[in-house]
Formats: sequence, structure tokens, C-alpha cells
Amino acid sequence: MAVEPHTVEHTARTLMDHLPVLQVLIPFCTGPIIVFLGSRRLAWPLAFVASALSLIVSLMLLWQVKDGGYIAYTLGGWEPPLGIEYRIDAANAFVLMLISLIGTITLPYALISVADEIKRRDHTLFYACWMLCFTGLLGMVATADAFNVFVFLEISSLSTYVLVAMGADRDRRALTAAYDYLIMGTIGATFFVIGLGMIYMATGTLNMADIADRLADQGANRTVRSGFAFVIVGMGLKIAMFPLHLWLPKAYVFAPSAVTVFLAATATKAAIYVMLRFTFSVYRPEFTYATNTLEMIFLPLAVIAMFSASFVAAFQTNFKRMLAYSSVAQIGYILLGVAILNETGLTAGIVHLFNHGITKALMFMGVGAFVLRAGGSFYAQIAGLGRQMPLTGAALVIGGLSLIGVPGTAGFISKWYLVQAAFERAPDNPMYLAIAVSVVLSSLLAVVYVWRAFEAMYLMAPATDIRAKEAPLLMLVPMWVLAIACIWFGIDTDLIAGAAAQAAAGLFEGSQGMLEMKGAVH
Amino acid sequence: MIQHHLILRVVTKLLVGTIIVFALYVQFHGDFSPGGGFQAGVIMAVAFIIYGIVFGLEKVKQVFPAWIVHKMVALGVLIYAGTGVVSMFLGYDYLDYGAFSPHHPTHGQHWGLLIVEFGVGVTVTGVMVAIYYAFAGRPPAISDEDW
Repeated sequence: MAVEPHTVEHTARTLMDHLPVLQVLIPFCTGPIIVFLGSRRLAWPLAFVASALSLIVSLMLLWQVKDGGYIAYTLGGWEPPLGIEYRIDAANAFVLMLISLIGTITLPYALISVADEIKRRDHTLFYACWMLCFTGLLGMVATADAFNVFVFLEISSLSTYVLVAMGADRDRRALTAAYDYLIMGTIGATFFVIGLGMIYMATGTLNMADIADRLADQGANRTVRSGFAFVIVGMGLKIAMFPLHLWLPKAYVFAPSAVTVFLAATATKAAIYVMLRFTFSVYRPEFTYATNTLEMIFLPLAVIAMFSASFVAAFQTNFKRMLAYSSVAQIGYILLGVAILNETGLTAGIVHLFNHGITKALMFMGVGAFVLRAGGSFYAQIAGLGRQMPLTGAALVIGGLSLIGVPGTAGFISKWYLVQAAFERAPDNPMYLAIAVSVVLSSLLAVVYVWRAFEAMYLMAPATDIRAKEAPLLMLVPMWVLAIACIWFGIDTDLIAGAAAQAAAGLFEGSQGMLEMKGAVH
Repeated sequence: MIQHHLILRVVTKLLVGTIIVFALYVQFHGDFSPGGGFQAGVIMAVAFIIYGIVFGLEKVKQVFPAWIVHKMVALGVLIYAGTGVVSMFLGYDYLDYGAFSPHHPTHGQHWGLLIVEFGVGVTVTGVMVAIYYAFAGRPPAISDEDW
């Protein structure tokens, strides 16, 4: 049967229109290309070029949406809710920027660190895995399709397990750490997908904006509420929200140094973004159960995390493990900002997402340099190294100050916003005064654990007579870029706080509604 | 050299060809009838796995070396993603197969689907065989002398 050919109206898409998908596509294609070429020499340059390109794309996206609005992209030209939609607004453009920034800065650092810590024959696959992990994190942030989030979550998680396990060349315990993370991560992902199943059962759709519309119509029922609970617990595991954080210290300690830098600054942050998206855009805070979850579960858990994890960090004898516990505490600050439930609080959470990302990446980079020179990260091993490696030591001091939240560093800005947000709520509820005080008190615990590391670095007598050489230039440059960023963003707050405020405002408005398809009929 | 199991060896040699042809049938009829890249890839891998089980890992690795398996895993993904990139260069959305036949988008959809399903088939074949190689090639954790 001959069908009459007919012309379909079509306006050609330009490169600018493709930016949302290019953000994910560039690293996604680079992974298999690295494996296909199988060249150890080309693996790193390809990975670096892909990361740099994604950074450029993410900056272009952020530039377009920083004043509000969103960019939508339909995959395969299929109209949402049937097709998969990518939607970039101020909130996820900001997180995309953080992830690609850290990815691009960490790779030059990784070159030497990886060569030292991982067997040569695994290097190609290591960078391929790195690219897949990067893709997964970017994808789960960029997409506006709830199930697509799960797919990318799995891509990033599976490659993360492999990356963590690659620490086994240095310490066999990396294998059990990766296994623990695999079990916990899989439980988290399963909970998340069970939650999605319930939401799908109640609404019959997977597009986030469409779910939001239908949930607003039908209000609360048991299916919808349990869906919310499952999604939150599932993401809570990936975030390492206290008390679901048990996988985190082991995974961070035994993973190769470069992997720890990358994961600490991005993986939990992408998961926090997904949780924000579900709490604010898919479900609305107006639903009483969502508000209750934030105020009665997140808030106390965040405060407990701030104190207990900081307390545990203070007793560690291993620099890396100390930083890992400090990460759990810092995630507490981010969640506290979210749970305060006003725009300043959400801004504080998002600002801290970024500031903690760069600070923790810097700290782990410094420890990685010590591992390269001293072979381990126990305080006894790094004793006196701060004096022998002055540039690494100085960068670590800046990072440590930012971790405490000393004025003039990035960490101060997020805590300032956090305290301010708590004071805004204080007039109607005096409990928030106590919370503002607790932010300050827990920072004192940070002083204790950061001081212990400084003491080991500068005041303790070196363990051996052999003088450690300064870290190689390729590691120092990324470290100092981040150290300068820590100070820069502590003084010039417009850039990050402005973007975060826009992101918070966007999230607080709730869903932006379904995409209106214009022009071409598909 | 294993020389027993005469019947198994003869039947396997007869079957391998048929299995591969059936895999190709499932592969290229995927867009009209049940089947497609994933199923075809598994069936294709089965041909190599049964050959390996009956004749030994060394023999099947001569036919299908591990490095090719490795490349196939990546190649299939690249075929899939590459199809989308081509449609992007033609001025359409990523993976909008309508791009391959602008005057008759339905045909374009068919062609696009055929290509990406082929990509899926290549990767699935590679992955399945790779899993078999990984398990079969694993030395026993405790060798007999250690007892």
C-alpha cells in the first residue's frame, strides 16, 4: 500500500536548543568511546575534554535560567508526559554547574593520584567508569521524568561501586566498603523506585510536572503518602542522611583519593537535589504530610547529625575518616536549611550544597596529596607534613577554616544564611532560636576536629626522618583553584547566593506546570 | 582435549548456526513482531556460550576473543547514541528518528528503530558473553593442592 508522502513543518534545532541534552550526552558518549579505543594514553585527555565541555554547557545553561524561567527539551521529539523531558531551571542548572565544575577540577588532580594508586591496566576502565558516574549524576539532575531519575541514579551508583572498589589495589578493605555501599545503595534505589511505583499507581504518569498537577487535583491519599515516604527514605540513603549514613565513612576512606574528592563533592549533592525536587516541585510543602516530614523528621535528624557526626569526627585518628564523618555533619546543615521551610533556609541549604562541595573537595585533595607522599592518612603518618609540604598544608588550612565557617571563607556564608533563616522563624516559634544557637555550637565541634588535623600537620614531630616532597604541580593547581574559590565566595557572595536565592525561589513556587508544545506537530 | 560426549558435540555444532540465524531473525524483526535487540543479543550470546560449555573456554575464545567482546559492549552503546547524534545534526531533537526521512517521518522511525535495536543487540551480546567469560575464566578460590 503506497502512502502519500507529506511534508511536515519543522524548524531546524540549533546547537543552543540542544544544550540540555548535550550536558548529559557529551560525558555519556565519552565513556564508551574510551572503552572502544582502549588506549591508556587517550583515556584521560578524552575524559578531561568531555568534562570541560560539560562545564561550558552548564555555565551557558545557568546563564540562560539564572533570572528565572526554564528550558525544556523533549527527547526524540516525543511530547511529554509520554516522552522523556529534560527541564533546566535555576535550581538544577546550579547543581549541574557544581557537578561539572568539580568534575573538571578533579580530573587534572586525578591524573597523578590515580597513576599512583591504581594498577596501570585498569586506567582506561577507570576513566570510562568515571565518565559514566559523571553522566549519571548530571542526568539525574537534568531530567524532568521521575523514572529517568531512577535510571540515571543507577548509572551513577553502579559506576560508583566500581570506582570505590578500585581502591582495593591500595587496601583490600575497599572491596567490603564497596560491597556495603552496594547493598545500602541498592536498598535506597529500590525504595525510590517503589515510591515511584506508588506515585505512578496514583497518578498514571511519570513526568514530574504532570504528577504535580494530578497530585494537586486528587489531594492526599494513602498511596500518595506512602509513595512520598518511600522516595524520601530511598533518597535519604543516597544522601547519607543521619541515621542512614553508615555506608559513607567506609566508602570515602577506602576509595582512591581522586574518587573520594569527586564523590564527596557531587554524589550526595545530586541526591539532595532530587529530594528537593520531589519535596517542593512534585509534592508541595502545602501538603501537611510533606511539611510534617520536614519539620518533625528532617529537622531533629539534621540537628542530631550536626552534633553526633561532628563529635565522632573529633575522635578519629584518620584524616580521611574524620572528613567523612564531617561530611555527614555538613549534610545535616544542608538538610537543616531545607527543613526550616522558608526561602532563606532553602537558599542556605543550596548555598551550603555548593560551599561544602568545594570545601570538602579541597580537603580531600589535600589528604590525597599526603597519601601520595606518606602512603596513608592516619594522623601518625601525616605528622609534620604540613611543614614539609607548605603549599598543600596552607590549602588545607584554608579548607579547614571554611569547614569551620570562619568569616571570610565560603563556609561562613552558608552558616550566616542558616542562622538568619532560623531567626526569621524565631518570632512565632522560639524553638528556632535554639536551632540558631545549635548551628553555632556545632561549629565549635568543627573547630575541635579541624584543630586535631592541624595539630598533626604542623605541631607533631614527623614520623620519619625522610623529608616529604611538596605535592606535584598538577595536584597543587586544582587544590589552589578551590582554595581561592573558598575565599572568593566567602567575600563575593553575589554570584553563589544570588543563583541559590533564584533556585530557592523557583523551588518554593512549586511545579511550573506541563510543557506547552508549540509549532511542529510530531 | 575433551573427546567424550560425542552426541553433545555433534548436536552443538549443528545447533550453533541455527541459533545465530534465529538471533538475527529476532533482531531484525523486532520492530514488527515480538523480539528486538535485547532478546536477539541474548540468543546470539547463547550460541557462543553453548559452544564454550561443550568445547571449553579456550576454543570459544579462539572464535570470539575477549578483546572483541570488550569492544562490542562499548560499540553497541555508541551505535545507539550515535543514531541520536546524527538526528541532532540533521536539525531534529536527539533520537528523533523522523529526521531520517523528513517527508515521511513514519519510515524514519522504522529506520531509526532498526539501527538502535542493532546497537542494543551488539551490546547485549557482548555483555552476556563477557559475563560468561568472567565466570568461566575464574580460577577456583582454593586449588586442590591447598587442602
